[in-house]
Amino acid sequence: MWKFIVRRLIITMPQIVLLSLFVFIMASFMPGDALTGQIGPDVDQDRLQELREQMGLNNPWYIQYRDWILGVFQGDFGTSFRYNMPASEIIQQRMINTIWLSLVSLIFIYALGIPMGLISGRYNDKLIDQVITSYTYLGFATPIFIFGLIALWVGGFQLGWFPTGGSVAPGLEPGSLEYILSKIHHLLLPGLAIALIGLVGTVQYLRSEIIDTKQKDFIITARAKGAPEQRVYNRHIFRNSVLPIAAFFGYEITSLISGTVFIEQIFSYPGMGNLFLESINIRDYTVVTALVLLFGLAAIIGALLSDIILSIVDPRIRIK
Amino acid sequence: MSDTLLLEIKNLKTSFRIGEEYYAAVDNISLDVRHNEVLALVGESGSGKSATAFSIMNLHNRAKIEGQILFNGRDIANLPPSKMNKLRGNEISMIFQDPLTALNPLMECGRQIEEVLILHKSNMSSKQRKAYGIDLLNQVGIPRPERIYDQFPHELSGGMRQRIIIAIAIANKPELLIADEPTTALDVTIQAQILDLIRELKNDLNSGVVLITHDLGVVAEMADRVAVMYAGQIVEIADVETLFIQPLHPYTRSLLSSVPNAEGTDDKLHVIQGIVPSLKHLPREGCRFKDRIPWMDDSVHEEHPELHEVSPGHFVRCTCYQHFHFPEQNEEEQAHGIT
Amino acid sequence: MALLRVEDLQIYFPIRGGILNRKIDDVRAVDGVSFEIEQGETYGLVGESGSGKTTTGKAVMGLNNITGGDIYFEDNHLNPGKGKKVDVRKDVQMIFQDPYSSLNPRKRVIDIIAEPIRNYEKLTKKQELRRVQELLEQVGLTPESIYKYPHEFSGGQRQRIGVARAIALKPKLIIADEPVSALDVSVQAQVLNFMQQIQKDLNLTFLFISHDLGVIRHMCDKIGIMYQGRFVEEGLRDEIFTDPQHIYTKRLVAAIPDIDPRRRQEHQQYREQVKEEYQNSFNDYFNEDGLAHSLKSITDTHRVALPERG
Ligand SMILES: Nc1ncnc2c1ncn2[C@@H]1O[C@H](COP(=O)(O)OP(=O)(O)OP(=O)(O)O)[C@@H](O)[C@H]1O
Ligand SMILES: Nc1ncnc2c1ncn2[C@@H]1O[C@H](COP(=O)(O)OP(=O)(O)OP(=O)(O)O)[C@@H](O)[C@H]1O
Ligand SMILES: [Mg+2]
Ligand SMILES: [Mg+2]
Repeated sequence: MWKFIVRRLIITMPQIVLLSLFVFIMASFMPGDALTGQIGPDVDQDRLQELREQMGLNNPWYIQYRDWILGVFQGDFGTSFRYNMPASEIIQQRMINTIWLSLVSLIFIYALGIPMGLISGRYNDKLIDQVITSYTYLGFATPIFIFGLIALWVGGFQLGWFPTGGSVAPGLEPGSLEYILSKIHHLLLPGLAIALIGLVGTVQYLRSEIIDTKQKDFIITARAKGAPEQRVYNRHIFRNSVLPIAAFFGYEITSLISGTVFIEQIFSYPGMGNLFLESINIRDYTVVTALVLLFGLAAIIGALLSDIILSIVDPRIRIK
Repeated sequence: MSDTLLLEIKNLKTSFRIGEEYYAAVDNISLDVRHNEVLALVGESGSGKSATAFSIMNLHNRAKIEGQILFNGRDIANLPPSKMNKLRGNEISMIFQDPLTALNPLMECGRQIEEVLILHKSNMSSKQRKAYGIDLLNQVGIPRPERIYDQFPHELSGGMRQRIIIAIAIANKPELLIADEPTTALDVTIQAQILDLIRELKNDLNSGVVLITHDLGVVAEMADRVAVMYAGQIVEIADVETLFIQPLHPYTRSLLSSVPNAEGTDDKLHVIQGIVPSLKHLPREGCRFKDRIPWMDDSVHEEHPELHEVSPGHFVRCTCYQHFHFPEQNEEEQAHGIT
Repeated sequence: MALLRVEDLQIYFPIRGGILNRKIDDVRAVDGVSFEIEQGETYGLVGESGSGKTTTGKAVMGLNNITGGDIYFEDNHLNPGKGKKVDVRKDVQMIFQDPYSSLNPRKRVIDIIAEPIRNYEKLTKKQELRRVQELLEQVGLTPESIYKYPHEFSGGQRQRIGVARAIALKPKLIIADEPVSALDVSVQAQVLNFMQQIQKDLNLTFLFISHDLGVIRHMCDKIGIMYQGRFVEEGLRDEIFTDPQHIYTKRLVAAIPDIDPRRRQEHQQYREQVKEEYQNSFNDYFNEDGLAHSLKSITDTHRVALPERG
């Protein structure tokens, strides 16, 4: 198993290098550069050149790349040209918000997705399964922002149960109980909105996994032992089907990323996704670059996690 | 010996759905098994042996089952699940045909054995269960049982997996044991050991055994009576000596002459002509074996073949046996199965 | 020159355990096995379940890592050292035990049989089709079978598809691991007849693994008996069946079920008697670890694992 994990880690390295190269190249192709938004149209060309030189913008690409990477390793993502403060500082607070949002979404995804997948697989082709399957098709077909808008409109405006923006009610003292409750209150609706779409994959995967496992010979063995149906499901079918789901966990991170980008925008929730779209709008390219890099890293680490979990969980892989 | 039959199957018909229609894989079978008796079920691949066994255990997923299955006089064909679960793995248990797929790949072998104890022997402590489980592995001849106990199925050879399945089946000392090809993956010494074990179980507990196998040597060694199946029907049933020494039905005789015998290695083995018809294309009119013996005249078959009792306890289907001969050989020579 | 020569073959599997799942011990699946197979001959491998027969067969196919020993095919060294491997997969093919699960159910017959051809030769679609049809004819299936799927065939026919795939590249040696144990006797007879036929037609050599000693006796010229990763006896068919020397072989032969139910009692007693003899003389035939001694020749062809005398 250790061999497997080490091998898997070694594969991860070039992935990360490729990602960073990609991000870097992408950044250099972005329209305009760092100075475009910062300087008035009346600044003369010589002054501009001087500034560019100063900021290393005229260096060959590999030098710029090296400087950038070295910076990143020290937590320096450059300076936001828009706010004139370190990008890392801007991102930090947003990142904490996003991690909370992702966590809540994940909890919703599993709390809702696993029972739905189980029921759907167990009673496949019954009415309840058809309802759930139809929902997953709907979920696949509907763009997440439409879903988000509907959730906001119903839960936020029509029913008024949830706040419609921000991450916490203003004027509360950080750390107080009310502050925390308010935070959670702000998280629920966007979290649910992400989960309702995000669980679609989990449900369908679990459903087909269960239908598959149901027909295996060893299930007949279990029945022949006299195991009641509930036990057959709990001990044999469920366990054997849910393991791949555990492994799916890492990949879920990828879908969360795309989820947060739109949902945060709709709920004006101050997270990374929201920041991302904002920064694109105002061409704050140091921040955009940093965010793409972080999103990419999250995806790679997610895949890594998935494979490692699978190797721990499945004895057949563990042996090799 | 008690008077009631241990198992009595009356007009069992098990049908599978193919497309829009149901086709009977087991077509009106009646059988019985007494206490302390081994009934062997032999027949061509696809003739419905496993389907019969699954019907007794009520393990078919989506099949139409008609007829009666009496276990100790009680009809168990339509028992509610909770009552059926009390019987399965306890009073009736089954050894499955395919050892490679019948075990849960993610569960240690020992835990798979313990499960059947948890379900039916609730008073056993976990320590007792483990001790008994290891004892069972010993009984089925697994070397180093303590080590095997914690291993996963894929780490064992085919024969070892088959023995795990046997251990599960005999754990609760069933009154009726259905053994579907219990020894195909085993070498002959371990096969002998397993067969002895089954025999012991039968003698000690007065149990009945349904033994499904392709190995006619095993049948000759184990069975008290033999039922021969072809295309979902019983074509011949007799006590074991009669069946081997005076086989009557053309299918039974063909089967016996297909066995490689020790001498005459260079001889070609006898092969039954034609192919096994698939369930959907099974001939359901007249003698079902007709197409496999095309050299016989049509007039020798009955129009609606019945089981005829030719001597007490010896039944043969259709009248074609009276005239049957192998192609291009004289009837006299082949009339006796083995001598 | 022997077609296949196996010398002192050893294959160990690690047993892992402990918290870090480190190697704590070995399973000596094959522990010093040597034998030779001549061109055109059928060599039978029988023995205890779990004694390493499949593992030996797989090693010849190049499907296992070899711990020690040498395998020569037509005097080519197959495992000349780390990293290097001589590719004989074209000349050595395997037929698997289970005709049901060894064929991919989602592939048509043509794709199943053409698969090895596609790996080794570049043929046009037309040539390939002709070749597959020839092969099907050779194994006695109608040419129109090529567009069918495995489930549309009977067990015997499926096993023939497996054989057609195995002979597609005109191999010299076929390793048949329990090729008939899942089949009923009539279909088994069909497959065995057919294997003998193609052996004659193509001058094939078989390594035949089976538990069914009746089948082994019918098919094989020479037989090796395995016990716990080692050979206990090797000899011509008649030497093994009529004059077994090692106690394990005797026990194996005595355990063959007798097809005459009238002799049941008698046979059972005989088997018990041999079993007792086996238990009593176990220490004479096996070393302190319960493993077989090395083989000693008693005739040109007959070798038995006996302890050193004196
Ligand atoms: N679940 C199923 N759905 C449809 N057809 C089935 C099903 N199970 C079995 N059959 C068909 O029913 C027939 C009888 O099958 P069965 O498994 O009882 O044969 P068998 O006598 O046990 O053969 P073998 O000796 O090969 O195990 C076969 O034609 C088979 O294809
Ligand atoms: N992948 C593996 N990992 C660990 N042990 C293995 C592995 N494959 C085989 N073994 C062990 O090696 C030994 C020999 O196995 P092998 O499958 O060669 O036996 P066999 O003679 O073919 O037995 P059978 O007749 O039951 O098929 C067994 O003890 C088995 O448990
Ligand atoms: Mg069967
Ligand atoms: Mg094997």
